Amino acid sequence: MENIKIGHHISGKFNNELEDMRNKVLTMGGLVEQQIKRAVTAFSTADLEMAEQVIKLDDQVDTLEIAIDHECMQILALRQPAAFDLRLLVTAIKIVNELERVGDLAERIAKMAIQLSETGSNNRHEHYFELVHMADLVENMLHGALNVFARMNVEDVTLIMDMDENVDREYASIIRQLITRMMEDQRNITRMLDVLWVARALERIGDRACNICEHLVYMVKGEDVRHLTQAELKMPKKQNLSN
Amino acid sequence: MTTQDIATQSMNLNSVLTKQAKGRPNEISVTVENLNLFYGQQQALYSVNMEIPKKMVTAYIGPSGCGKSTLLCCINRMNDLVDNVTIEGKVLLENDDIYHKSVDVSDLRRRIGMVFQKPNPFPKSIFENVAYGLRIQGVNDKQILNETVEHALRSAALWDEMKDRLNDNALGISGGQQQRLVIARAIAIEPEVLLLDEPASALDPISTLKIEELINELKEKYTIVIVTHNMQQAARVSDHTAFMYMGKLIEMSTTRKLFTNPQNKLTEDYISGRYG
Repeated sequence: MENIKIGHHISGKFNNELEDMRNKVLTMGGLVEQQIKRAVTAFSTADLEMAEQVIKLDDQVDTLEIAIDHECMQILALRQPAAFDLRLLVTAIKIVNELERVGDLAERIAKMAIQLSETGSNNRHEHYFELVHMADLVENMLHGALNVFARMNVEDVTLIMDMDENVDREYASIIRQLITRMMEDQRNITRMLDVLWVARALERIGDRACNICEHLVYMVKGEDVRHLTQAELKMPKKQNLSN
Repeated sequence: MTTQDIATQSMNLNSVLTKQAKGRPNEISVTVENLNLFYGQQQALYSVNMEIPKKMVTAYIGPSGCGKSTLLCCINRMNDLVDNVTIEGKVLLENDDIYHKSVDVSDLRRRIGMVFQKPNPFPKSIFENVAYGLRIQGVNDKQILNETVEHALRSAALWDEMKDRLNDNALGISGGQQQRLVIARAIAIEPEVLLLDEPASALDPISTLKIEELINELKEKYTIVIVTHNMQQAARVSDHTAFMYMGKLIEMSTTRKLFTNPQNKLTEDYISGRYG
């Protein structure tokens, strides 16, 4: 259905409640984006202060998660929404869960940066450039997904989900290089495992961005596209259980 | 767990999900074909086409004046009583055209019972209210009447409350009990279809829930069509929902689909309280 808008309810208060909830989700998304960016910078530049900021941001993200969940439950209980409004609320609950987990992954990257700095083993290394590139990709994915949520338009969603293949390729490439490094010099193993963990966290963020895209397709079109392959997703219309 | 166990479990799950999605086999009880209805010059229904599945609950929703009660009344020819009504098109019960000149309207209304918004018990005893339909059919055997009244009251979830006061006047019981009594009166003559025109709109929340629970039980035996202004009620009790607007059937689908993913913008706007 086209031209879905949050407003235009007979109840202006209901419009405001939905708009407020949506703004909070976007704010939370913005904070999580900042967390990823700063966590990767902190890791790659051994910036302890920035790593601390990421950890502090996570408190705000957690607070927003709880606030949005409560708002959604309150709207569900009091307004008994249907159709798009219902899908919007259910999707918001799922998206904030994904965002909170992304925030946790960013926080762990930041903690890793602090830990490596404290042990003095976080010297600049060529693998960090690839990590930064991978981080750019997943940031773009998350940013694209949040844009879809803001515009309520899922035209670009397959493009965003396609980017996950690039992320997976980067991840595989980093693993190969790390293994080579570890085989070259066993003293590298501990540090390489830490880098591997960061790469893994970024790969998971890409997966979570894909999950958000799937939830958004349900929100806008009412079609449940979870667990479909990319090829199935691009098919014009798939009959699924939600229908 | 072996791979075979997992595969079996997966097949069972698929079978459960398919059953949930499809419901019962799609036998049709009432078919409405190209139905137009005019009150004088004023057209109230426009080319309505609809199939009402057997032994399921179908709800009509829509704003006031959209024609849902008019359509409901067409199904047992209640509009025959209105002056200046012109009806075009067909309404088929099973495969019989209910507007055919050979149809006996009394017999039709035995096959298609109706319950209205306001409970309308007769000023008689509770027993006589339920037995009324049988008596006008000429049944006077006391044992048959007793058994039928008890069965109907049990089906309407009213037996336990009424069994010791069957001779009390029906006008002395509560509104919720009166409405269930009227439903008992309707099902005492074993209709095929039960039409409910806002059956719970005048009742308190507890009585409303009892009626809804009753509807859920009655659909095992009867085809039920319900008109309601309460969309949550339609969502709770019905298997299929039809949205009507300005005399036209805009959309009809399974209730689950209509309330989560309607295909028509008018439906979306109405059920989500938008003004478009």
